[in-house]
Amino acid sequence: MRWLNYFRSSQRNTARTAKERLQVIIAHERQGAAGAPDYLPRLQREILEVVRRYAEVSERDVKVEVEREDGYEVLALSVALPEETTHALR
Amino acid sequence: MSKIIVVTSGKGGVGKTTTSAAVATGLAHRGHKTAVIDFDIGLRNLDLVMGCERRVVYDFVNVIRDEARLNQALIKDKRVDNLYILPASQTRDKDALTKEGVQAVLDELDQQGFEFVVCDSPAGIEHGAHMALYFADEAFVVTNPEVSSVRDSDRILGILQSRSKRAEEGLEPVREHLIVTRYEPTRVDRGDMLSVEDILDILAIPLLGVVPECKSVLQASNAGVPVVLDEVGRAGQAYKDIVGRYLGENIPQRFLQPEKKPLFKRLFG
Ligand SMILES: Nc1ncnc2c1ncn2[C@@H]1O[C@H](COP(=O)(O)OP(=O)(O)O)[C@@H](O)[C@H]1O
Ligand SMILES: [Mg+2]
Repeated sequence: MRWLNYFRSSQRNTARTAKERLQVIIAHERQGAAGAPDYLPRLQREILEVVRRYAEVSERDVKVEVEREDGYEVLALSVALPEETTHALR
Repeated sequence: MSKIIVVTSGKGGVGKTTTSAAVATGLAHRGHKTAVIDFDIGLRNLDLVMGCERRVVYDFVNVIRDEARLNQALIKDKRVDNLYILPASQTRDKDALTKEGVQAVLDELDQQGFEFVVCDSPAGIEHGAHMALYFADEAFVVTNPEVSSVRDSDRILGILQSRSKRAEEGLEPVREHLIVTRYEPTRVDRGDMLSVEDILDILAIPLLGVVPECKSVLQASNAGVPVVLDEVGRAGQAYKDIVGRYLGENIPQRFLQPEKKPLFKRLFG
């Protein structure tokens, strides 16, 4: 249970972690890209439309996430396909 | 011209209303004619912190809508001369504030000889917060030593620099001052709370003062007495320093180190 130790260990300087996280997020937000890009909801809808041509999926089965690292962004899409169509698509 | 001070933060619950009440009371106490306006339409609180909730008849929105005159809505403080409170309305929609309406009220306060107008901003970065900061000459940015609060303060600073009247008209920028509240030096020493230096590194605006976490704040708000009138508590002293520094006095920063309790208190307190 590593995350438990995270809180227990008095060695861990959480204030330093807080500062580092803040420096990253604030540098990013000051560049004007406050938060996630605003086309995400539309992107999600359109991807859903395409996937629906092949399989029965609902709004909830599509997840769009943005992850930020120091110098770049990762856009992660995941679509949960229903069991029976998984084969057909392969 | 009266000086317009907005007390703002982005995040809610960080101490804006406490600070607005304390700073306005402190300024008035020092002899400056001061009004404090509650911009938190629909969720008024300043009247409670100032202890005048039972004297509210008309409010800010009534004045903007010409349903009452400013003098009918302004509540004169009973403890401190030169201090007036303009309460927010409790029920109306928050879009009731318009630039023109707010401007008219500020102009009238100016004509009545108010030296300072303190604007207590609602949380968020929406309309109400925008209206509270739009006309500001000075911004007191209230920040807690906590990641979400620091981030929100940075966003508010961005808005001050781009969407205030001063920014829009290309005038001299709004003067920014940092007030760190609910500070706990013992936790900073232990490494589990951001230090004032950390916050200054990130926000890079001048520090006006640090208000320690202090139970006198809750006691003061229970009683409806602005905490700056409390001579004993640390928070009251911190706010007194803040007012003095703002008025140009050279007062060294305090409350950055853990309180040294007398041995007796350490053993039994
Ligand atoms: N320095 C402090 N020490 C302890 N409690 C505080 C301090 N400053 C504010 N508080 C408490 O924090 C809460 C939120 O304060 P408030 O001024 O209403 O914040 P805001 O107007 O930003 O929402 C209140 O319960 C208040 O008593
Ligand atoms: Mg408030």
